[in-house]
Amino acid sequence: MVNKDFKVIGKPFRKVDARAKCVGQTKFADDIVLPRMLFCKLLRSHLPHALIKSIDVSKALALPGVFAVITGKDLPIPYGILPVSQDEHALCVEKVRFIGDPVAAVAAIDEDVAFDAMNLIEVEYEPLNTISTIEEAVLIDEPRIHDYGDSGNVHKKVSLEFGNVEEGFAEADLVREDTFFYEGNTHLPMEQHAAVAHFDSDGKITLWSSTQTPHYVHRALAKVLGLPASHIRVIATPNGGGFGGKSDPFNHEVAVCKLAMITGRPVKVTLTREEVFYCHRGRHPVLMKVKTGVKNDGAITAMHFQSYLDGGAYGSYGVASTFYTGALQTVTYDVPRYKFQGIRTFTNKPPCGPKRGHGTPQPRYALEVQIDKIAEQLRLDPAEMRRKHLVPPNTVTANYLRIGSMGLGECIDRVVEGSDWKNRFQKLPNGKGIGIACSSYICGAGLPIYWNNMPQSGVQLRLDRQGGVCVMCGSTDIGQGSDSILAYIVAEVLGIDPFDIRVVTADTDLTPVDLGSYSSRVTLMTGNAAIQAAERARELLVMAVAEKLGVPIENLSLAERRVFDVENPDVGVSFVEAVVLAESKFGTIGTVGSYSPPRSPGKFKGSGVGPSPAYSYSAAVAQVDVNPETGIVVVEKVWIAHDIGRSINPTLVLGQVEGSVYMGLGEILMEEMTYRTNRNVVHKFPSMLEYKSPTTMEMCDVETYLIEDPDPNGPYGAKEVGQGPLLPVPPAVANAVYDAVGVRIDEVPITPEKVVRALRDKSRGREARYGPVSVPPVSWPDPLRVLTPAEGGDGTEMPHVAVHT
Amino acid sequence: MPLHSKKQIGFTLNGEHVEVAFAPHKTLLEVLREDLNLTGTKHGCELGECGTCAVLVDGRSVLSCLMLGLDAEDREVKTIEGMAHGAELHPLQQTFADLGAAQCGYCTPGFLLVAEELLKKTPNPSRAEIQEALSGNLCRCTGYLKIYEAVELAAQQIRGE
Repeated sequence: MVNKDFKVIGKPFRKVDARAKCVGQTKFADDIVLPRMLFCKLLRSHLPHALIKSIDVSKALALPGVFAVITGKDLPIPYGILPVSQDEHALCVEKVRFIGDPVAAVAAIDEDVAFDAMNLIEVEYEPLNTISTIEEAVLIDEPRIHDYGDSGNVHKKVSLEFGNVEEGFAEADLVREDTFFYEGNTHLPMEQHAAVAHFDSDGKITLWSSTQTPHYVHRALAKVLGLPASHIRVIATPNGGGFGGKSDPFNHEVAVCKLAMITGRPVKVTLTREEVFYCHRGRHPVLMKVKTGVKNDGAITAMHFQSYLDGGAYGSYGVASTFYTGALQTVTYDVPRYKFQGIRTFTNKPPCGPKRGHGTPQPRYALEVQIDKIAEQLRLDPAEMRRKHLVPPNTVTANYLRIGSMGLGECIDRVVEGSDWKNRFQKLPNGKGIGIACSSYICGAGLPIYWNNMPQSGVQLRLDRQGGVCVMCGSTDIGQGSDSILAYIVAEVLGIDPFDIRVVTADTDLTPVDLGSYSSRVTLMTGNAAIQAAERARELLVMAVAEKLGVPIENLSLAERRVFDVENPDVGVSFVEAVVLAESKFGTIGTVGSYSPPRSPGKFKGSGVGPSPAYSYSAAVAQVDVNPETGIVVVEKVWIAHDIGRSINPTLVLGQVEGSVYMGLGEILMEEMTYRTNRNVVHKFPSMLEYKSPTTMEMCDVETYLIEDPDPNGPYGAKEVGQGPLLPVPPAVANAVYDAVGVRIDEVPITPEKVVRALRDKSRGREARYGPVSVPPVSWPDPLRVLTPAEGGDGTEMPHVAVHT
Repeated sequence: MPLHSKKQIGFTLNGEHVEVAFAPHKTLLEVLREDLNLTGTKHGCELGECGTCAVLVDGRSVLSCLMLGLDAEDREVKTIEGMAHGAELHPLQQTFADLGAAQCGYCTPGFLLVAEELLKKTPNPSRAEIQEALSGNLCRCTGYLKIYEAVELAAQQIRGE
């Protein structure tokens, strides 16, 4: 079926929408202008936690040019991305939970009038005490930020044990316990979120929005607006950067729809940069405690991983994020027994959610830095130690994740060789250092966000008698090139040029459902669905052409816009003629394809997070220069190898790897969402100037190696690349800092102050380390116990037995 | 409302003379996007922090979110819509598209115009000169590397190498 001699796959075609983006023609959400359009502004809370006593909108409504003002009572139905966390209102009803929580929305003739009207709304608040840290949330039950969750201000507690970890620790030659903290950071997409709603006189509403998940927005709108889902159309505009930050249904999206319904006019909202910081849904701050037992050769005997997440004010994806902080520890190095405990807390800060790597960069940082410490203690080379204990391909891990292809060994080899590791590790002059780390990431989640038995991705193809091919899919191009991937794959199967194809995506009226651009699912899932749809179209074409030419079907090949006899290539028809023959024989030509991931072997409660059709792997070596006087860390170069399975387009793959390295550098060196805890939990710097992110002056050279080991579950063997390559970068830099100046910075980001403090401690004979020393006291529930596959487990939980320890 | 009464000015926009009336407090960015319907110029912060809204005024890169529209009077403004020659893309537009320098494409217009200014002044820039010239423009997608490559290739093409 799969022809090895690809015409499109693996070739560096430009993206199908690249030129439009370079001439200013791409229409982002804020570029949409409709006749009679009104502008919306949201009034946001200036208090972090307060009851709403009253809201008076009369002065705002009286302002000339104001058409409507709505408050929480106009939108009483809650929503949220996860079925278990329906805890958001478009506009707060009874209380506000963080600075930036919206309480009212205005529609006015222009943005200036809307802004003036917003300032005329009078809200009477009764301030409540705030919860601002993980520790406070664990220790202080009242006031509760939400009236649901496991207890007090604890949103979710998870406790899972695979095999008996205590037995594993008893077998170990060395047991290490370390604590780490990974500060929260945000996506900072260059495009601020924007949306335009249009309500027509037949009672149908259309929303254009910069969202990564139009299908989920569609579902949320149907719930909140009280309209039949069939009357709602959501069109995701090309996203000006997403990184996970546009994956939730947002209050501004609901508000403009409601305002459009009330006013009968189109309504637009565009967030300011400050508001984007409040929308957030970014990286959770996570405190971690890791206990790992190893044999003298570095083989892990058991691991106990604890995560403490600061969730901010709402649920968002947080339950999934919590499980993700404990899911992928087992897929790189063999971990025969594994225990995970995770707790997510509510605090009065902007809600956290999924950011590139969703819940996994934090534990990966902890794991890879601890491995580095273990290697040092065992006097082993950290690269060799990792290389020696890899999870074998085609196995099931202790926590029931099925591993397919596994190219991490080759990834390690390539970066070790490329960086001249053996001659440089522990051999560079003081101040210069080199560090290594590895990682893995899912290629889409095994289960959908809401329970159903339908495919996760659908593709529809239409071929017309002019030879036009249109591919329709619900996926959203957020810059990663998903529209292009669809075109490349269909072009490969049908033997035409990708630029012959029209791609229509992310429109809930026109395109079959795809769950959205998150969890690195799109290339694998839409790719497989596209192959199926295209193969079905191909079948119709060759049947019609075979009949016409009198050639056996199996002899026909599609390439270079022709359908021809492989044994006698001159005998054939053009692609257009083939479509005409097929349409004459079968009627209008349209095919569909869909994709559902394979079933996971895990059947215990909580087994839904972590399974994936395939896992990508990455290894990185970072070289740093650390100034011992100032503590400034300069990353000079990163060598990174990524197991992509197969590159559908190497240019796009390299772009994702480089972008991931960049974002990983931002996280490890400078990016942090921080709040003035003593002054009302206000964000310290909701601006692009003060929220430091790498400019051209901070970005380093990157040497990328792509490992192509096709995975049987990937389209043409392809695996993900959008998120995985970020993961090894922060720990590789931290390990390099240790190699350079001999201090462990167990807290992200590694800012100059932390380096200086650790160096000062070192010079005074104290522990040469900066980082957390303890975790808050949590009463964990008895873990749900599951026998590992090696112990003969079947993936179900063991019956509960009282254990006295 | 005298604050909102419009003022009319004329200037050269992408080689053509335009007359436009707008509220005097509007920035050049707002005038371009809202009053002249040229939405190719983007905004990322509207505070002069990100470089996304860069345009060329009299050949020099300017953050259009920090310049009043009124200050454009009688000057030459160039936006992304004026970068191509007819249907023929500017070499920078071509190389940005071909080499993957535009991922989401949102920061791209700003980068392209600043790069055009650089190549006018410095036809054969070193990597360090490119980094320096583009240091006021943020990009969250690419890690900048493909942008450097695109600028270098376009410079080569413009020099006729």
